[in-house]
Amino acid sequence: MSDKKAFNRDSISNTLIVAIGLSLVCSIIVSSAAIVLKPVQIRNEELYRQKIILDVAGLMQPGADVDMLFESIETRTVDLESGTYADEADMEATVAIPDELDIAGIAQRAAFADVYLVRDNGRVDQVILPVYGKGLWSTMLGYLAVAPDGNTIKGLRFYAHGETPGLGDQMDKESWRAQMDGKMIYGDDGEPVIRVIKGLVPAGVSDAEHMLDGMAGATLTGNGITALLQYWTGAHGFGPYLTNFREGNRDE
Amino acid sequence: MSEARTVLIDPLVDNNPVTLQMLGICSALAVTTSLLPALLMCIALTSVAALAGAAISALRHRIPNNIRIIVHMTIIASLVILVDQLLKAYAFETSKQLSVFVGLIITNCIVLGRAEAFAMKNGVVMSFIDGLGNGLGYSLILIAVATLRELFGAGTLLGYPIFELTSNGGWYVANGLMLLPPSAFFIIGLMIWGIRTWRTRQVEKPEYQIHEVHRTEVY
Repeated sequence: MSDKKAFNRDSISNTLIVAIGLSLVCSIIVSSAAIVLKPVQIRNEELYRQKIILDVAGLMQPGADVDMLFESIETRTVDLESGTYADEADMEATVAIPDELDIAGIAQRAAFADVYLVRDNGRVDQVILPVYGKGLWSTMLGYLAVAPDGNTIKGLRFYAHGETPGLGDQMDKESWRAQMDGKMIYGDDGEPVIRVIKGLVPAGVSDAEHMLDGMAGATLTGNGITALLQYWTGAHGFGPYLTNFREGNRDE
Repeated sequence: MSEARTVLIDPLVDNNPVTLQMLGICSALAVTTSLLPALLMCIALTSVAALAGAAISALRHRIPNNIRIIVHMTIIASLVILVDQLLKAYAFETSKQLSVFVGLIITNCIVLGRAEAFAMKNGVVMSFIDGLGNGLGYSLILIAVATLRELFGAGTLLGYPIFELTSNGGWYVANGLMLLPPSAFFIIGLMIWGIRTWRTRQVEKPEYQIHEVHRTEVY
């Protein structure tokens, strides 16, 4: 024990050795775990995203094989500017969003986007569009399912966000999502007017089909959802595509 | 061996970190709405507490006093990140439900408390067992609370229906209060009452008694 006594663990040299050594060891452990597990995690994220798409489409059954179900969905690439399907697309290309149009707070968007066509007996039953925008804390990424009229919402679900647990994340709850089915995106003038209001949608209001229930304690998250819905269904988002879709050009 | 036994068993009831020491209440409220996330949280916390105890104990003769807490936090944080990464890889959807609470194990008082109070003074094996015991004590309470909340709040356990809900044509009206955070307070409070009635040794003496004071005594 005598050499233990001689060793001064509070000396500056020992403090530095412990601090540096520990930081190195810990950082190696943490980063190698992150690298080794990355492929599994990416696979999980992808599976989860597919599951959300299936869920928005109403195709998800508990315990079903996601890969197999997902094969029944047709993935098409849309040129957002013209609103038509593109055979060749540069998925890396981005378009800056003019400030006055950038209500969703995303600054730029991809020039092309993948949409998912869900068929029922060969006929297109709904299309699922990727949507995203800024909430209170984070970028919320989700999918919006639209009926063949290009106006009626079938569902909306987010697969990644960092909104306040317990408040903003109410949008993930079944009870909040259930109201989406049957809501209308566009007003009489053809502009998107779907919005999240404060409080519950009052009964008997003529405009109720354009309103979504607010979430108590999460007004800013709700505003973010309003903004991203209006941006992505507007003229700079999927507006042109939805117009084509509505007119029946669903397959080409 | 009996000492190891005491160190392991003692935190389960007699020195339970939640019901006696009142530590880790925050996560006990947040992750107990259903049993599966609670179970994962228990595994995560118990493994972090045990491994952190062992690691800190192994370094205890070298850790300088003035950066002691930072060293503890670094070791605990690394272990928590490791656990979080593993959960994201192998229990993805439940880890989404746990959201920030796995990360918050870093600041869980049980882990840091045991590191400071036990691991700095005891051997590696004992510190590991101590972490394990305290993790299990925490788990015991969490599992009990989560079982009650899921069963009475949603009529299910681990997602399997136990009580047939009226919404599905059954007999049980789900008690929505059980799914809200206050119900965890009620349940933990009742548990503490129950345990202290059973083990009267845990009842604390009143810190002061109201009595007549003279002016000079007020300060």
